[in-house]
Amino acid sequence: MKILVCISDVPDTTTKIKFKDNNTTLDVNGIQWIINPWDELALTRALELKEASGGIIQSVTVANVGTVASEPTIRKALAVGADNAIRIDAQPKDAYYVAAQLANIVKAESYDIVLVGRDSADYNGSAVGGMLAELIDYNSLSSVSSLNIENGKIRINREIDGGTETIEAELPFLAIVQKGISKEPRIPAMRGIMMARTKPLNVVQAVAVEILTEDVSFEMPQPKGSCKKFDSENVKTLVSLLHNEAKLI
Amino acid sequence: MSILVYTENREGIFKKATFELLSYAKEMAKTLNTNVVALSIGQVENSELEKLGNYGATKVLNTQGNNLSFLDNKLFSKIVTTAVEKEGAQIIIMANNISGKALSPRVSASLKAGLVTGVVGLPSSYEPFVIKKLVFTSKAFSNVKVNSALKVLTFAQNSFGVAEPINAVAHVETFNPQINDVPVKNRLIETNRITGKLLLTDAEIVVSGGRGLKSAENFSLLEELAGVLGAATACSRPVSDEGWRPHSEHVGQTGKIIAPVLYIACGISGAIQHVGGISSSKFIVAINNDKDAPIFEIADYGIVGDFKTVLPEMIAAIKEIKAG
Ligand SMILES: Cc1cc2nc3c(=O)[nH]c(=O)nc-3n(C[C@H](O)[C@H](O)[C@H](O)COP(=O)(O)OP(=O)(O)OC[C@H]3O[C@@H](n4cnc5c(N)ncnc54)[C@H](O)[C@@H]3O)c2cc1C
Ligand SMILES: Nc1ncnc2c1ncn2[C@@H]1O[C@H](COP(=O)(O)O)[C@@H](O)[C@H]1O
Repeated sequence: MKILVCISDVPDTTTKIKFKDNNTTLDVNGIQWIINPWDELALTRALELKEASGGIIQSVTVANVGTVASEPTIRKALAVGADNAIRIDAQPKDAYYVAAQLANIVKAESYDIVLVGRDSADYNGSAVGGMLAELIDYNSLSSVSSLNIENGKIRINREIDGGTETIEAELPFLAIVQKGISKEPRIPAMRGIMMARTKPLNVVQAVAVEILTEDVSFEMPQPKGSCKKFDSENVKTLVSLLHNEAKLI
Repeated sequence: MSILVYTENREGIFKKATFELLSYAKEMAKTLNTNVVALSIGQVENSELEKLGNYGATKVLNTQGNNLSFLDNKLFSKIVTTAVEKEGAQIIIMANNISGKALSPRVSASLKAGLVTGVVGLPSSYEPFVIKKLVFTSKAFSNVKVNSALKVLTFAQNSFGVAEPINAVAHVETFNPQINDVPVKNRLIETNRITGKLLLTDAEIVVSGGRGLKSAENFSLLEELAGVLGAATACSRPVSDEGWRPHSEHVGQTGKIIAPVLYIACGISGAIQHVGGISSSKFIVAINNDKDAPIFEIADYGIVGDFKTVLPEMIAAIKEIKAG
């Protein structure tokens, strides 16, 4: 069995976001790039499954659609423990573009399990996973918060509106994962970092794909007015303000 | 041409979020001089379906069947795409919630329709079609242009509001698309529903606690405040990690993204990842004993003090108001 984990390369979550060229482009100056947090957890879970599988899961591959600039992030995924990596050499244009590139990879290698994150911390599309599943015609489940393999079947928990469900699914299968899929992301150990240098990172060419959506400009939210602060003696005043002035309670 | 809205029910009932979704679609339909068609999947009474007319749906496609009791991405998106083709819909709108996020990308890829998730308002232009959404974990907005003729949007709750209901009965039409050829490869084993609690996604007011509350026990004060306000409860990530509160209450970048009318943050420092999940709230009230806590930078109102004294006073003051 083979697992594919799709990883996107995103600004560190604490990054201050700035735009340039008249608010049409992200200013990447000074940004620290990381593996998208969900993808890091997905990779961790994939490695746990592989280790527990007694050889049934042969490999964990990571795939990224990105330029050479995302290679440090891919190397990090290899250092964490992925066996090999594929980089589809292109600047991601939109979710459909990315999904179409990934679809080619899956069609060529027929992975049994494909793991994708809930959303990436850049454009927050929540889109690549579902699109990929459709393009490769895989069964998919979203909001997946745990994943196990039992007798060749997948057993997952997922969040639903107002609760959770346990579902058994057949392979091949694509999971869109979120919180809970693994507890803590694995961090690369020294040995992993050394080994990552020699692991295969295949660079493949992108295919031509129609661009369905484009970010034409960016805006920052309106700055908040200053906070009206009260001390603990004046809780009552605040509450009546919320009632009379803001009409909130 | 028409606008197709996927109207999701919870155990046979439509919630306020669905009415807002329809109100939003109706406003767009007015500009485009077209109709709103609702698509309902699963067991819902006719009388409940007809209600959707009050919020602007002229027609409701009603799909029921044995295997539709739980969300199967492939099957449900096939139903949506079939409805799109039948109605000649150009714009497909869903909620930016769990099921909307599950279905919209599959529908988008299947129809080669440009997808914009989490839109926060009406298009700024229809030709070309440009619409605004939150990006970079709520730190910025992007104006996204959709190039394709067909468009799929998921709408961020509470960014439009529910329109005043009109007195209209939607025409309910049975819709049985050919879905027998879609093999269902998922089997539902078990469902666990949160019962007897106002859900975060339904609440206008949310009271939320952070690590500053110090223990699971202290959340009883927050529960009491939620009780008097008719609010839902939420928490920061470390609180759910510690197991003080269930994971379903975790808000922020890695939890739920919410936009209530009023968010009360108690003992929460206001880390950037937390703020990413709540910054679209209309009003934010912060309670924190550190006057320099970053949460005050995004709050409209703040109380600098210890939750142990502030919360009981707040509860008492609200009770007084509610008692008239
Ligand atoms: C990739 C990533 C994703 C993350 N995602 C999320 C997320 O989705 N949601 C999230 O919440 N966090 C998230 N975090 C964690 C985030 O960075 C913060 O660590 C977290 O939000 C802090 O939680 P807190 O405010 O409850 O606790 P703290 O930061 O410990 O703050 C506690 C606050 O309580 C106040 N306090 C203490 N005692 C009292 C008292 N007696 N009365 C009143 N106030 C008191 C303190 O002054 C302090 O401001 C994420 C982090 C990373 C790296
Ligand atoms: N450029 C990319 N390369 C590989 N995988 C990606 C890329 N962008 C997004 N993904 C995957 O899709 C998930 C959701 O991203 P998005 O749809 O962009 O919010 C991420 O968590 C990744 O698993």
